Amino acid sequence: MAIAVEMPKMSDTMEEGVLVAWLAEEGASVSAGDVIAQVETDKATMDLEVYDDGVLLKRVVGEGDSVPIGALIAVLGDEGEDVSSLVSDYGGDGAAGSVADVEPAAPAQQENELAPAGLEGKAATAQAIDAPAPSAQPLGGNPAGGGPAGGASRAGDTGAAGTTAEGYGHRPDGSEPTASAASGAAAPADGERVKASPLARRMAEEAGLDLAQIIGSGPDGRVVKRDVESAVEGGAAAPPAPARPAQAPAAQPVRPSAPKTEAAPAASPVEAGGQDLRITQMRKAIARRLAQSKFTAPHFYLTVDVRMDAAVGFRADLNALAEGRGLAKVSYNDLITKACAVALGRHPMVNASYLEDEGVIRQHQGAHVAIAVAMPEGLITPVVRDADRKGLSQIAAETRELAGRAREGKLDPSEYAGSTFTTSNLGMFGIAEFTAIINPPNACILAIGAIKDVPVVDDGAVVAGKAMTLTLSCDHRVVDGAAGAAFLGDVQGMLETPSLMLL
Amino acid sequence: MAELQFREALRDAMTEEMERDDTVFLMGEEVAEYDGAYKVSQGMLDQFGPERIIDTPISESGFTGLGIGAAIMGLRPIIEFMTWNFTFVAFDQIVSNAAKVRYMSGGQARVPIVMRGGNGGAGQLGATHSNSVEAFYSNVPGLKIIAPSNPDDAKGLLKAAIRDDDPVLFLESELMFGLKGEVSDDEDYVLPIGKARIAREGDDVTIVAHSKSYWLAMEAAEELAKQGVEATVIDPRTIRPFDTGAVIDSVKQTNRLVIVDESQPFGGIASEIGFQIQQACFDHLDAPIERVTAKDVPAPYAKNLIEAWMPSVDDTIAAAKRTLYM
Repeated sequence: MAIAVEMPKMSDTMEEGVLVAWLAEEGASVSAGDVIAQVETDKATMDLEVYDDGVLLKRVVGEGDSVPIGALIAVLGDEGEDVSSLVSDYGGDGAAGSVADVEPAAPAQQENELAPAGLEGKAATAQAIDAPAPSAQPLGGNPAGGGPAGGASRAGDTGAAGTTAEGYGHRPDGSEPTASAASGAAAPADGERVKASPLARRMAEEAGLDLAQIIGSGPDGRVVKRDVESAVEGGAAAPPAPARPAQAPAAQPVRPSAPKTEAAPAASPVEAGGQDLRITQMRKAIARRLAQSKFTAPHFYLTVDVRMDAAVGFRADLNALAEGRGLAKVSYNDLITKACAVALGRHPMVNASYLEDEGVIRQHQGAHVAIAVAMPEGLITPVVRDADRKGLSQIAAETRELAGRAREGKLDPSEYAGSTFTTSNLGMFGIAEFTAIINPPNACILAIGAIKDVPVVDDGAVVAGKAMTLTLSCDHRVVDGAAGAAFLGDVQGMLETPSLMLL
Repeated sequence: MAELQFREALRDAMTEEMERDDTVFLMGEEVAEYDGAYKVSQGMLDQFGPERIIDTPISESGFTGLGIGAAIMGLRPIIEFMTWNFTFVAFDQIVSNAAKVRYMSGGQARVPIVMRGGNGGAGQLGATHSNSVEAFYSNVPGLKIIAPSNPDDAKGLLKAAIRDDDPVLFLESELMFGLKGEVSDDEDYVLPIGKARIAREGDDVTIVAHSKSYWLAMEAAEELAKQGVEATVIDPRTIRPFDTGAVIDSVKQTNRLVIVDESQPFGGIASEIGFQIQQACFDHLDAPIERVTAKDVPAPYAKNLIEAWMPSVDDTIAAAKRTLYM
């Protein structure tokens, strides 16, 4: 009787494996324990042993093909035995069938882009078996493989590029794509939801803390009681998880072996080698939040050049006064914070959040301006609250103090939560202009470039001037082009005529 | 307080109840002439005579049915099973008759019977003689299930069981018959059915464990204390009706729960407690509820394997630490 050899689960996190190399020929006799192939998992390249004696009747997948766990790799049996019914069992009800079940549109789309032949049902299976896909072929070309199946069943994972508006048009249930559906498809569920114990969730809610801002120390970054407690007590960075013995790889069926260079798979997703850095919880949080922002908030960008000549003089005057009074010196960034805050008061649509779960766009009362601060392992955005009501010296002092503690990782979560607008300044690195990703739930973020010496035409003569480029990223769900432009124009006006901030 | 063996506490409870109420009698294999397979009924034949201490043939279905009939007719039988493993041939009597007669007769008939005997694994007895039956029988409405961990509770609860007007299944352990403990000297010592005992208090994790498993839990708690983790240990004593409130109150303090239960994991006592607590305490849990149970295979015979199969102190410590993310 023909025996199916399936792709085994060789690591905890493995979802598919790449068949790197066949080590046994079709027609060869094999015994239980023989290694017939090498499989590359997400962790290592491992030997694939067979558990039965017999003749290797069929190598179903080609070298370099990626196939999901449970997919048919090979067939063992008695010499001369017919394998077609076993193979078609897998083809008909297995991977190819599941593709069609999960999302009919996906295979069709893939077909146009990738597949040399039809991908539906047994025809495709037969094609693949008679002429194994060449290893250089994109993954999607293998019906039994992980390409289309991966794209369909884990659309958020591998199919991110395909999750366009067009893709949503093919939703099987014909429903209108909502933003939440879009976000669900665009980012894996794991990355989307903040993992927290029920207790931690309740404690954070009671303390008024945003769970997403708390760094979890539990498994998979789960926020647990101690994380909320330390957040409440004021440590921005939760203590590291208690030392835990390194997790032994769970029940690996066979020993791992070093990847063989001569059998380098054409479809290897990432080249091995180099140095692997553990993804810190902060990086995970950044990844989660910014991916969520970029994938759910439709960004558009407005850029304006600001003449800074007046601001240069204004700041010099202020600082001369401040110095004599023992007040904090004002930076250009502080001027921008103040200008933004004042403008936010005049543009409630920009000082707003799109809160889909609550079914509202919330226009915030205060103008709380967050300032992106680089840290050794990431960045954080401390908030200057009610900046529209604070003097420049106070803004300067607060910003300096917050940024200092931010770099040391000593901010209280309440100090980096609750912003209504964010600025990010890369001018000190000489960056002329850039676009920033909105810091949710803000509606906008302002990207600040360097102040440059520029030639300007003044009364028909070219003279030296100072200019700076500002780029406002707007969430189109809240802010339309004209509204964003009006806000940015106000900011520009206040920076070009700084006394306007005082009106 | 007198220090008694578990078997002596059971004997005292039966003797006192038989002296108090002449409708109470004891029936089972070798309970009379042989003084009981585990010497629980030692001397009782001499005291009460063969009309009230009755040896039966090896026929659980028969004498269980006989006892249920006697109970319906107004007597208060105590049926001793050599072990609960042998009740499977009397399953229909217990599940269909003892548990349901009162319900199906609209309350006209009652079944004030106690069935008692050794339950659970007791060493190298093989797969058929190592069953823990609390999950089987507690699945049946109409049965009360008691599983004490010490002589004092055994005495007070067996007396309560004999006086109860409904069928009570009383789970003992071959490994605990010789266990010694202080037993109350109260003249008429009766403990309430359905009330848990808080054996140890700590703020870090709650461990629920009954019968033999209770001792594992206590040992694990002492070991955890050396590592700075203070556990509350709750002995439910009664499996059904289960004192959910006691566990809820504790979990609201500790935010973590480990259940040690010698029954099989699938559909076991631990599963039921875990379900009830997650529902009642969802917003108080800081970690998934853990359970330590027998492994989900028939009991092995080999010594090393049966030891691996049974819940252990180490398993319990590890489970508690998982709830603490340690």
